[in-house]
Amino acid sequence: MASYFLRRLLMAIPVMFFVALFVFLLLRLTPGDPAQAIAGDQATPAQLAAIRENLGLDKPIASQFAAWISSMAEGDFGHSLISQRPVLEMIGQRIGPTLALAVMAMIFTVIISLPLGVLAAWRHGGLVDRFVMALSVVGFSVPIFVIGYVLIAVFAVDLKWFPVQGYKPLTEGFGPFLHRILLPGLALSFFYIALVSRMTRASMLEVMREDYVRTARAKGLGERIVLFRHALRNAAIPILTVVGTGFAMMVSGVVVTETVFNIPGLGRLVVDGVLARDYPLIQAIILLTAGTYVLINLVIDLSYALSDPRIRYQ
Amino acid sequence: MSTPSNTVSGGLPRRRLLRNPPHWTTVLAVLVLLVVVAMAVFAPLLANFEPTKLNAAMRLKPASNIYWLGTDSFGRDLYSRVVYGARVSLLVGAGVATGAILIGLPLGLLAGWYRGIDGVLMRMMDGLMAIPGILLAIAIVALVRGGLITVIFAIMIPAIPQVVRLVRARVIAAREETYVDAAMLLGTRPAKLIWKHLLPTTIAPLIVQGTYMYASAILTEAALSFLGVGIGTEIPSWGNIMAEGRLYFALNHWLVFWPAIVLSLCILSINLLGDALRDRLDPKMQGRSP
Repeated sequence: MASYFLRRLLMAIPVMFFVALFVFLLLRLTPGDPAQAIAGDQATPAQLAAIRENLGLDKPIASQFAAWISSMAEGDFGHSLISQRPVLEMIGQRIGPTLALAVMAMIFTVIISLPLGVLAAWRHGGLVDRFVMALSVVGFSVPIFVIGYVLIAVFAVDLKWFPVQGYKPLTEGFGPFLHRILLPGLALSFFYIALVSRMTRASMLEVMREDYVRTARAKGLGERIVLFRHALRNAAIPILTVVGTGFAMMVSGVVVTETVFNIPGLGRLVVDGVLARDYPLIQAIILLTAGTYVLINLVIDLSYALSDPRIRYQ
Repeated sequence: MSTPSNTVSGGLPRRRLLRNPPHWTTVLAVLVLLVVVAMAVFAPLLANFEPTKLNAAMRLKPASNIYWLGTDSFGRDLYSRVVYGARVSLLVGAGVATGAILIGLPLGLLAGWYRGIDGVLMRMMDGLMAIPGILLAIAIVALVRGGLITVIFAIMIPAIPQVVRLVRARVIAAREETYVDAAMLLGTRPAKLIWKHLLPTTIAPLIVQGTYMYASAILTEAALSFLGVGIGTEIPSWGNIMAEGRLYFALNHWLVFWPAIVLSLCILSINLLGDALRDRLDPKMQGRSP
């Protein structure tokens, strides 16, 4: 068990190394002078020199990379080219709304897509099943900003149930917070609901052919217990996998949703950073999200190993 | 599983494609795509106005006989802009799918065949996959700037690992097949073996994957343009029409909704076509409900 954990942990290191290398090379491989690329055409020589200094562009490329990695290991992710503040501090200030949005979307996903997927598999070919299949195609096809605007048009502009845009942190009270985060959370979860309910359905269909499901039914257990306690538990691994790999898409959803609903989170920070060409900031956000992705998938992998001994001995 | 008639004549994908009548959603999807392609190709004929023609006197007009879908905040004809927008989307989708396959296919073949480079190459691909595609694309567009080519490149890079993984998995599965063993025992050179025996097994899944990549590239381009980091606003794309329209969303929803509807229908149709191709080309899906 311990050796599996260790092996899996060690595998994450080269992955993160390549992430860091790609992010590093992204700027260095940009055609022309990277400082010029960041500063734009109207930059003064002094500005260019300041950027070179900030990013260490005057040193050989290998030592730039080494210096960059070791300063990150010390927790220094660099300073913003615009505000001169540590980028980590800027990220810390903006992460709250993003987390709130992501958690809201996950809650919607779980309470909507698990029952939908289970029902679809239970009545295979029935109405719910057709609905789930249709939803999964539509969910992959309709961009999140379109869903966001439909929700705004219906629930905020016409029905006036929710404010059109904006965000209130939890510290200003749960009511106002929930009032503003519900619509964006729903918009963001739409894609995830499509993905997870489809996977739940497929995984449940596989599991329900198994003997132990027949046994559970044969010994007279109620259908609900068979479905949710026996079948869904065993169907969980592919569902969890898809939640993990879906994280990357969740990130792009966050960026867009925050723009649509004007939420001051990480997504807005990244877009503003790009428009201002604040490279250290973009770099840090990409690294941290990629790190989170690797970590989430690591945790999911390890949780399989905990729940299923067969995986450990592969 | 397969019916007897399938096993008798089910060899060639093309024959299988033509035998069973397609599902009505597939027919509808193909029709929608034909309309979108026609919009892109015949845009100058279909449009009523130059898509970039400003008209300050005609700002934010509702739909009428002259302006079929109304006008935007610069007095440009929305209908003409939506028609021209098809060009960018189709070009980006084609560029991304083709580029990712051209780069990913050889890498996948190499990784699947030569175990030595497999480990390193796949960790590289894992690393690339760990970076959320839209962030990578945003960063590339911001640094390189430039127009359509940059956007295609920026969306293509994060798509490459999908191709590599798919091709590699196919090659590894095919290596276990008897016909590959036979070819090796006969002394076939690796290059010929890869070209004649392994490459063909990857084509059907690549067509399906390519279709999905096409759809998701269109989606990403629209998202980039919507965020203001796509191709410049001088070329109308469904994404940047929406980005400009959202500032006047409260005034006129349709500035956002028309491009949104066409965009969503287009992506939906490509995805449906992909599903249909998958069901037809994959022998395992024959006779099975999706």
